[in-house]
Amino acid sequence: MSLIHEAFSKAKSENRAALIAYLPAGFPTIEGSIKIMQEMLNNGVDLVEIGVPYSDPLMDGPIIQQAVDIALHNKTGIKEVMQIVKEVSQTGKPVLTMSYWSPIEKWGVEKYAQQMNQSGGVGVITPDLPPDESDLWITATDQNKIDRVFVVAPSSSEERLKLVTNNVTGFVYAASLMGVTGTRTEVSSRAEELVKRIRVHTQLPVAVGLGVSSSEQAHEVAKFADGVIVGSAFVKAILEQPDLSKAVVAVVQLSKDFARGVRKD
Amino acid sequence: MTTFLQDLKKIDEETGHFGQFGGRFVPEALISALDQLEDEYLKAAADPKFNEDFQNLLKDYVGRPSPLTEAKNFSKHAGGARVFLKREDLNHTGSHKINNVIGQALLTVRMGKKRIIAETGAGQHGVATATAAALFGLECVIYMGEEDTVRQSLNVARMKLLGATVVPVTTGTKTLKDAINEAMRDWVTNVESTHYLLGTVAGPHPFPTIGRNFHSIMGVEARQQILEKTGKLPTAVTACVGGGSNAIGLFHPFILDKDVQLHGYEAAGDGIETGRHAATLSGGTIGILHGTRSYVLQDENGQTLPSHSISAGLDYPGVGPEHAWLKDTGRAFYHPITDTEAMDAFSLLSRTEGIIPAIETAHAIAGTVKLGKELGKDAVIIINCSGRGDKDVETAAKWFKITSNS
Ligand SMILES: Cc1ncc(COP(=O)(O)O)c(C=O)c1O
Repeated sequence: MSLIHEAFSKAKSENRAALIAYLPAGFPTIEGSIKIMQEMLNNGVDLVEIGVPYSDPLMDGPIIQQAVDIALHNKTGIKEVMQIVKEVSQTGKPVLTMSYWSPIEKWGVEKYAQQMNQSGGVGVITPDLPPDESDLWITATDQNKIDRVFVVAPSSSEERLKLVTNNVTGFVYAASLMGVTGTRTEVSSRAEELVKRIRVHTQLPVAVGLGVSSSEQAHEVAKFADGVIVGSAFVKAILEQPDLSKAVVAVVQLSKDFARGVRKD
Repeated sequence: MTTFLQDLKKIDEETGHFGQFGGRFVPEALISALDQLEDEYLKAAADPKFNEDFQNLLKDYVGRPSPLTEAKNFSKHAGGARVFLKREDLNHTGSHKINNVIGQALLTVRMGKKRIIAETGAGQHGVATATAAALFGLECVIYMGEEDTVRQSLNVARMKLLGATVVPVTTGTKTLKDAINEAMRDWVTNVESTHYLLGTVAGPHPFPTIGRNFHSIMGVEARQQILEKTGKLPTAVTACVGGGSNAIGLFHPFILDKDVQLHGYEAAGDGIETGRHAATLSGGTIGILHGTRSYVLQDENGQTLPSHSISAGLDYPGVGPEHAWLKDTGRAFYHPITDTEAMDAFSLLSRTEGIIPAIETAHAIAGTVKLGKELGKDAVIIINCSGRGDKDVETAAKWFKITSNS
């Protein structure tokens, strides 16, 4: 079983959803992102998604855009991302990267998958790569034993859900709403419906992301999903802290809160 | 040419691939809207009523066919070649952009959507979109880089007069690229009620294909007009290339005319060697931007590099995938034109022909001066006069240091 599936199984056996945290690599600094993700994984987070900074993040709202700008300012390229993956993987927890397709294609599809494997990474989320354009990527990830995660949305037709889930190997990323990343005051009512529709097509774990910003919301999502993805809420907490040690304290607290939130009971 | 015909088979109209270029690199959330647009387009294209409505609007509202004007005085500066201007500057709203806008606005109505959004650089696409929104009673939001709202302030006022909301985009480079990012973010959020009326032949499939088809009217007319005027096909057709819509619309109907040369002129800003330019095909590499694979200005990490041009409409680090394919197959040629060369040509056409072109268009004028000298006086060249220069008067006055009393 892959590390990803182990993490989901363990969460399930503990009657909870897996908690997945997103943070852009190189934010607030390269060292800082390593430290923060290690602390997340030591304080209740089950998997981390390390974001590859990209100049044109058109799926992201203002909070993550701001963090990505800082990461790019810190000169976080793919070489640095792989170094971060390597350091964070030493926790023994599953580490994925999340990248827009442009950086991966430019770096080299095969090379990216290979370096992920060498760095101890276990999966890659590609939010703007539909399976229709994925032939090379599927071969490269299979050969390098990297799990593929694709994203589906409330607007996805049954036919698309089938196509996407057939090509996923890690977990299915269900976007809870139509829109960009950011904090929201409520969980979209469309999330539960989407998860149900996904389960018709696959046995793989389904994680819900976009807009989950409080432990109460995480709890609601945990009732119907196998994983809860939290991004902007962590990023916002870090943006609000002037120095790293305070950011770490805030993130540790948030991780613990969300970890309580994802319990199903 | 046989090899080009073999290459032509590598265009897959159904998935929007031009050889290795094109495709769809977008979030799954947008796939259903792109499918819907493609379906509606295919249905509309086969519907005589749609074609009639489209043709009537082009005729009675846009003012087509646009004239093909011979530029006899200008010709002397272009090696004596006979030069004809395809007068898209005379269209309603002042540029070629309206052709595609009318087509897509009709599709919007057919899809039952009530809101359109668009990006704009020079403001010409924004004005055309705001115009169609007024005509069809649609809500309209235009995203425009903050830097462009300043250098094309006349068009901002026009859009507002037409009832559109103009949102200045302050992220990234504050130009066209970032306006597209913001429009995409709006679209994923409101896709069920909103059509994204993309203004050039870039972006994910089917935008490059439908944009080209709606714009092909320019080449179809020009081909017929030149045959009437000269009795033969031209030696070359030329156009400026930002995202590539005015160029592909003129080029496409000539693609199978193997003896007609196709030349596109990109914005070289301060010069390609300075790194401050927007000449994607001449100075870029193959990559992904805004949902399509094409030539892109980017670094080895796939980060888009900022582009630079005096022309807001050409200031874009990407280009439509069909142009990438035409370049690699050798069917079309693309050349860089600096700010200075373009502004010299802007002045030249104004003074020799009494036609003030858009600064975008001035790049094609400058390119044709060079091409005419190469091809000589027996050549016949058609330039796509893609837009008029009213919007650029302030920029030009600054460039030429014109004041009210000098
Ligand atoms: C008059 C004019 N010509 C050309 C362009 C460049 O766009 P494209 O390359 O899509 O024709 C613009 C864009 O704003 C324009 O306004």
